[in-house]
Amino acid sequence: MKGVVQDQARSSRKSIAQRARESAGRSVMLRSFFIAAWAALLFLPFHGIRSALVLFAGIFAGLPVMQSAMRLGGPGEWMQRLPGFRAFTLRSFPFLRTSALPVFLLALFVLPFTLKDYYLDVLVMSGIYMLLALGLNVIVGFTGLLNLGFAAFYAIGAYTYALLNTKFGLGFWPSLPLSAVAATLSGLLLAVPALRLRGDYLAIVTLGFGEILRIVLNNWDSLTNGPNGISGIAPPFLFGISLGSLNFYYYLVLGLVLLSVLIIRRVKSSRVGRAWIAIRENEIAASSVGVNVTRYKLYAFAFGTFWAGIAGALFAAKMRFVSPESFTFMESVFILSMVILGGIGNIYGALAGAFILVLLPEALRDVQMYRMLLLGAGLVLLMIFRPQGILGGRKGVRIRG
Amino acid sequence: MFVLEARELTKHFGGLKALEAVSFKVKEGAIHSIIGPNGAGKTTLFNCLTGVTRPTRGSIHFSGQEISRLQPHEVAELGIARTFQNIRLFPEMTVMENVMVAQHTRTKYGLLSAVLRGSSFMSKERAVREKGFEYLELMGLEDHAEALAGNLPYGSQRRLEIARALATEPKIILLDEPTAGMNPMETLEVMDLIRKVKGLGKTVILIEHDMKLVMGISEWILVLDHGVGIAEGSPEEVRNDPLVIEAYLGRETTH
Repeated sequence: MKGVVQDQARSSRKSIAQRARESAGRSVMLRSFFIAAWAALLFLPFHGIRSALVLFAGIFAGLPVMQSAMRLGGPGEWMQRLPGFRAFTLRSFPFLRTSALPVFLLALFVLPFTLKDYYLDVLVMSGIYMLLALGLNVIVGFTGLLNLGFAAFYAIGAYTYALLNTKFGLGFWPSLPLSAVAATLSGLLLAVPALRLRGDYLAIVTLGFGEILRIVLNNWDSLTNGPNGISGIAPPFLFGISLGSLNFYYYLVLGLVLLSVLIIRRVKSSRVGRAWIAIRENEIAASSVGVNVTRYKLYAFAFGTFWAGIAGALFAAKMRFVSPESFTFMESVFILSMVILGGIGNIYGALAGAFILVLLPEALRDVQMYRMLLLGAGLVLLMIFRPQGILGGRKGVRIRG
Repeated sequence: MFVLEARELTKHFGGLKALEAVSFKVKEGAIHSIIGPNGAGKTTLFNCLTGVTRPTRGSIHFSGQEISRLQPHEVAELGIARTFQNIRLFPEMTVMENVMVAQHTRTKYGLLSAVLRGSSFMSKERAVREKGFEYLELMGLEDHAEALAGNLPYGSQRRLEIARALATEPKIILLDEPTAGMNPMETLEVMDLIRKVKGLGKTVILIEHDMKLVMGISEWILVLDHGVGIAEGSPEEVRNDPLVIEAYLGRETTH
């Protein structure tokens, strides 16, 4: 009893600054504890209790040390003084606008001559995912409509080309716009009823749509050949010459990604893009300044799914085979993770997210078992330390009144 | 000349009668105020006028057109703009972008010209930016054009809301408590701004609690109490109306 009283007296004597410092310290400890416990739990099933405990102790002790070290010297302080640091910070990623652009583009163009096929293949896949992430970013990032069924539109693009090619013998070039149009129309078809809902409810409906489509593809044997998928899809031809080589796909994907970045950038900084972002920021205010909210949400769905259709056709042409297995719910989550990782609403963030999330599992191929685990860990850490994503969030100056 | 007329405007939320047969006329180019105790239905009235909520009964006529069944964006396009009691800016957009969005209905071009960026697109965009800058200048925000709206201090956010409303090029502008949370100095500045807005030839309708501001600036006042219009007229008439005094101060008891 006496001890408690003394304790209270002592604590009331502490200065406010001291108490603030203590509570900050506590939150660092708490945060380290949760991260450490969480990481240890993940490792428990693979390495047993002992290494899990070691990991826990290591992270629990290491994180506060690291944080205080960062506060003392801080990368914001000493690293920025290093020559050339500014040029390499992630913030300055839109270096595409600067004089580095021609060099960067040239590097992209000569890459196929220096890379092994395996790496080129990974790059082509990451390019296809870039298109998907760019498209989803328009819907989720610009307009703020959560979509958990984006793989469905990817599937529609892929199956459109697969069916047009195998059933009607239509080539890649006429099929490409048709795939995009098919995805766009299905996007509109879903959006018209779904946009009566908001937030989580919209997300659930899009998720349902994705699952319905996958199940239809799986069961409509006469058209889609069910789970066996459609094989024997022709690669693109030009003047009767097959363009099925990896190099060609690389340049095709590169061209389409560059084109889509250009188009999306331009749309973003027009009245259409401004209307989308205004809807995300405050729907009521957007409608009160004259934005037809329903119509622009539809536009966002149509415009975003358009790129999924393009990506789908590319995927079908490159793989020469499509099956429902490629368009599961996990695929939608994967694309959404790219958008979130890179930074919601940021075009270059979507590119970076797609690049990292396609390359990372490849780089981690040797530790197969831990791939998804590390990916998950990475995303959780991102949410803790940089919730706005790698490149997301606009940094503005605070104005004093 | 009257630009806006509400007839028997009624809004019920279930059993709650937020507005009960409110009628009034708004004179072009004048400053009007709507006052009344908390919960009197002032903001509901604004919501009805701007299409945010649909009135249960009654009609609203704006330059000869019935607008009570229109969507908010249609009302905005016709020329009624508003600000919000609880600030509703686009916080992650810059100050300039906030006023650029507001010119949405005043610029017409499609997706294709946005992608191709022809000369007509470029000149339209330049005009949008220049006009936006004018409205920011009018509200004294031109120095913060590239700051994020969410980073502005409170008073400037309120002024940006007025700038954004002006940028929709309205005939009537509805201001919902523009001085809420401001100190007397800032309140005086807002009074000046409202006069400036009137000077642009706009009709102003104001919801305001600051009686000094209301009495000093309004040409016509409507007093609401429990959803019913209990008095209207010039500041003089309203100030001496026994019903108004009763609504604000309570009834005098006789012994």
